[in-house]
Amino acid sequence: MKNTDIINSMKLSFPSKSANESFARAAVAAFLLPLDPTVAEISDVKTAVSEAVTNAIVHAYPESYGVVYIEAQLTASGRAVIRIRDKGVGIPDIKQAMEPLYTTSTDERAGLGFAVMQSFCDSVKVRSAVGKGTTVTLEKSIIRASYGKK
Amino acid sequence: MVDITYHNGAVTAKLIGEIDHHIAPSIRGEIDAFCESYRPARLILDFGKVGFMDSSGIGLIMGRYRMISLIGGRLEVVNIPAGMKKIFILSGLENLGVLK
Repeated sequence: MKNTDIINSMKLSFPSKSANESFARAAVAAFLLPLDPTVAEISDVKTAVSEAVTNAIVHAYPESYGVVYIEAQLTASGRAVIRIRDKGVGIPDIKQAMEPLYTTSTDERAGLGFAVMQSFCDSVKVRSAVGKGTTVTLEKSIIRASYGKK
Repeated sequence: MVDITYHNGAVTAKLIGEIDHHIAPSIRGEIDAFCESYRPARLILDFGKVGFMDSSGIGLIMGRYRMISLIGGRLEVVNIPAGMKKIFILSGLENLGVLK
């Protein structure tokens, strides 16, 4: 993606408290509103962001609170790029972590986080380094985009 | 939030608002406490007033399925909003035969 395509961007950071899950997905949804998304598109993005942020809160910082970072960009062609980043423990085996039903959590987690992100977004990329952190990049095209013309 | 009632051998839990990892444990606690007291033949989870749900909601359903099976009851999931069908299909919950 060329930088010149970006028509708007935002950054957020917040402590990895579960109370912030609803704030994070609502903030990203609000940022996308100028693209005139459908209810289904907004719901897809909110769900995918909620999964990524929950992963950061539950898995990246298992013992203590850290910071979760979100960066989002909108392009003139109506594409939303959303990065959810942490400086937590990292994922030793990304392929395994992304398998449906795989979970390391002893809590009642379905192990569907990445499956939901993949199903609800056009693309999901994960970069991770053990001891350094994880970045999940979600991309979603908003079909009815007209924002870039204004 | 959850509104729980008992009637005629059935516990009905009406889920209200958003279901995520933050809110799911308290809903789970309330439903399980109710079911332990009443030991119902049926547990009905009503999703009609749910505005948002991520995979934490799927975990909540799977966990309640196990819990109610252990006490000899059965689970029914009703009034799934149209916008939430996608995550239910993805979860494979249809195969449990609990979705009405």
